[in-house]
Amino acid sequence: MTHNLKTETISFVGNQGDEIEGYLALPTDVPSHGSIVVIHHLPGYDESTKEIARRFAANGYAALMPNLYHRLAPGASADDAAAIARNAGGVSDEQLVGDVQGAMHYLQALPTSNGKVACIGFCSGGRQSFLAGCRLPLDAIIDCYGAFVTTDSTPEFPLSVRGLLGEIPGITGQVLGLFGADDQYPSPEQNNELTVALTAAHKPHEFHTFEGAGHAFFNVDRPSYRPESAVEGWKIIMKFLNKTIGEHHVHLPN
Amino acid sequence: MCTYQTEVLTVRASGKTAAGWEAMTDATVYVDHPIHFSAGHALMIDFLNPNLGASARVGLEMDEKSARELAHSILKALDDAPPGILDN
Repeated sequence: MTHNLKTETISFVGNQGDEIEGYLALPTDVPSHGSIVVIHHLPGYDESTKEIARRFAANGYAALMPNLYHRLAPGASADDAAAIARNAGGVSDEQLVGDVQGAMHYLQALPTSNGKVACIGFCSGGRQSFLAGCRLPLDAIIDCYGAFVTTDSTPEFPLSVRGLLGEIPGITGQVLGLFGADDQYPSPEQNNELTVALTAAHKPHEFHTFEGAGHAFFNVDRPSYRPESAVEGWKIIMKFLNKTIGEHHVHLPN
Repeated sequence: MCTYQTEVLTVRASGKTAAGWEAMTDATVYVDHPIHFSAGHALMIDFLNPNLGASARVGLEMDEKSARELAHSILKALDDAPPGILDN
């Protein structure tokens, strides 16, 4: 069903006590709900990712997307902020984890929260979602085609991005991975490597790879969009959330 | 993928932003998902002046063929210019 919802831009406490901006989408017709932190991709705190936050609220979950570039470009348009962030070398892993932790605490403090929190990210955010799941007590972790989860970035990259296989023991939640069979970043071989590592560490997970889809198949604004894969992917995501952070949603009496 | 590979340059230039002409101090060149250009990945160039804020920016997004031809044309124009005519 589609839930009523409200959205607002909020300020919350992120990494090292910094006040940063976030986009909050809340279902308004449920007595309690699970929550999800939505991590935007490298191109920024943009409209398409805000639409994803609203989608979660329409499905009965509170969603909060931190503006990871707020410190560098407060009030700037998403594309300008992303350009400044890239010029400055991007967002460090430590800052990302601190901001997700702040978002997690904000969501858990909502009076209607059931205490459970998931995290999701797409593209660079997919790796960051997995990273957050390794370091924070999240109940569910969703990685949509995040590159550099199993491998390090090459030395010439100005932003050092490390593989995360060594951090798998820190995972406490269930993991969902959604990938395109035609993607090379991450490649199917790398996703298999990640499956093997999660299995060896006894971490509950499920991976789905979609034939005929490459990178960013969820992105409705781009030529990479693959509607059949995206529709099926969203079904899998909602089923996974219901299992990990959900509950039976009951309409509040008028 | 969201690539992390970025060429960062210090430049002496001017660019026409939404607010008018501004001095540009930095440039970044990278391949990633474009914001507007209709492609999965594109070559992007940003001219920036971070000291003036995030909106002091001129951005370009283009396909590989355009980018290579642009790079070639820039070098050709510079090579063909009379020696010493450019202020350096």
